[in-house]
Amino acid sequence: MGVGDPCGMHAAHAIVSGMGGIRTAGDLVARMQLNGSMKIDAAKKHVADKLHTSVADIADPVVMNELREDLDIGRINEAPGVAKGIDAKFRIARLLDVDINSVNIFKEKIERDI
Amino acid sequence: MGKIKTRMGDGFKVEMTESEVRKALEEGTQDAAERGRVEPLTPDDLQQIFEIFACPYRIVGVEEGNEVVLTYDSLNTKIKRAQISASKIQSLQICERGLGADTLELAHIDYSYKPVKPIIPFEKPIMEQAVLMTIPSLLYGAMPNMGLYSRPDGPCPNPADLLPQGKIAEARASYEEAADYATADMVYVGSQMYEAGADGINFDTTAAAGDAEFFATLKAVEILRKKYPAMGIQMGMAAEFVLGMHGELEYKGVRLAGLYPHEQVKLAEAAGVNIFGPAVNIVTNETLPWNIARSVTWTKACTDVAEIPVHACLGMGVGGVPLALTPPIDALSRASKAHVEICRLDGL
Repeated sequence: MGVGDPCGMHAAHAIVSGMGGIRTAGDLVARMQLNGSMKIDAAKKHVADKLHTSVADIADPVVMNELREDLDIGRINEAPGVAKGIDAKFRIARLLDVDINSVNIFKEKIERDI
Repeated sequence: MGKIKTRMGDGFKVEMTESEVRKALEEGTQDAAERGRVEPLTPDDLQQIFEIFACPYRIVGVEEGNEVVLTYDSLNTKIKRAQISASKIQSLQICERGLGADTLELAHIDYSYKPVKPIIPFEKPIMEQAVLMTIPSLLYGAMPNMGLYSRPDGPCPNPADLLPQGKIAEARASYEEAADYATADMVYVGSQMYEAGADGINFDTTAAAGDAEFFATLKAVEILRKKYPAMGIQMGMAAEFVLGMHGELEYKGVRLAGLYPHEQVKLAEAAGVNIFGPAVNIVTNETLPWNIARSVTWTKACTDVAEIPVHACLGMGVGGVPLALTPPIDALSRASKAHVEICRLDGL
């Protein structure tokens, strides 16, 4: 989507048609599209299978908030000590069995000889 | 039933009778079908769009289960343009945590690849930090904007000066030279950002300058795909029709001038794009039923043949969204629902 004020464009599309990002599993489905060229149904099924839940549940913010907390893969309301940014992505890469570029670069950097 | 409240393509309100709405839908789909040589929408499709417009509620939405994922062109600059005092990373976090964004995109306020090139040393550290602090896929995006390579803004002779003088061959040579410069800049910025940790690159508003710009972008995608096999690449278009400013350029044996979305997507796939965004410009003096039927016709023809995910461009002024900087939610929600459900989109 493109130009428009954040309320009229971003928020409106998210409410009308969007999965909801890290409120649900929208970020995970999008990741399968961007890096795996998966169509929407295949991407949703892949994510649901990996999370051992249903396709309907991965778009439900109540179910996914609890599941994301259990899996420690980041959520909207952060608590102390839980995965937030790159640490959540390390766990997502393992969970979805995908390569995440920033995770690979991070690993490469910390494993480099001192 | 009383009159149906809707809007014109410029966003101003208009009231229509049921028969006027049905006529507009029919004319909109026929216009697209004739221009693009694609199938018009079926009676069931037109009835579905009619019901979306006839719904009296201010906002409509997709049915449960039909949700899609969203990608954003120039995401953080929308916060900047609203003059919200937030850094680029804070802007990304506002979208990630406040607006339910499925993906993120980092961008420079001068949203073209050429002006990004000299500020790469300042953009890369922001990308490096942003990927540490956010969770969704993070793209870097800009426009190919090949017009910046012509004089007085760039090094190439300006085809707009050459063409009126009848210097067709010189104008074509200039487009080809500019395309080479544009490809090089897109590959440079794309490489730098991917090596900084970006999940992918977005080529937004592709082919705004016509067939040579489409060619330049397809070449950039091809080079980046070969260099980084796992890179996510998104290509969004500027319009439903590739302008033949050069007229003779081909990619993989296909002439680029005059291609419509269902043809554009096949070349994007061949080059190595992961997500394709067809764009259909609004006609401001036509109604939204006419515009949405027209846009859905082309977009559906595109999704029917696409083997990669299709995220239709539904920003201001495209995809049946009125040409207004503050898109009305009644209009946007109808465009969003109609495209997602009738075209079976993968995203927006």
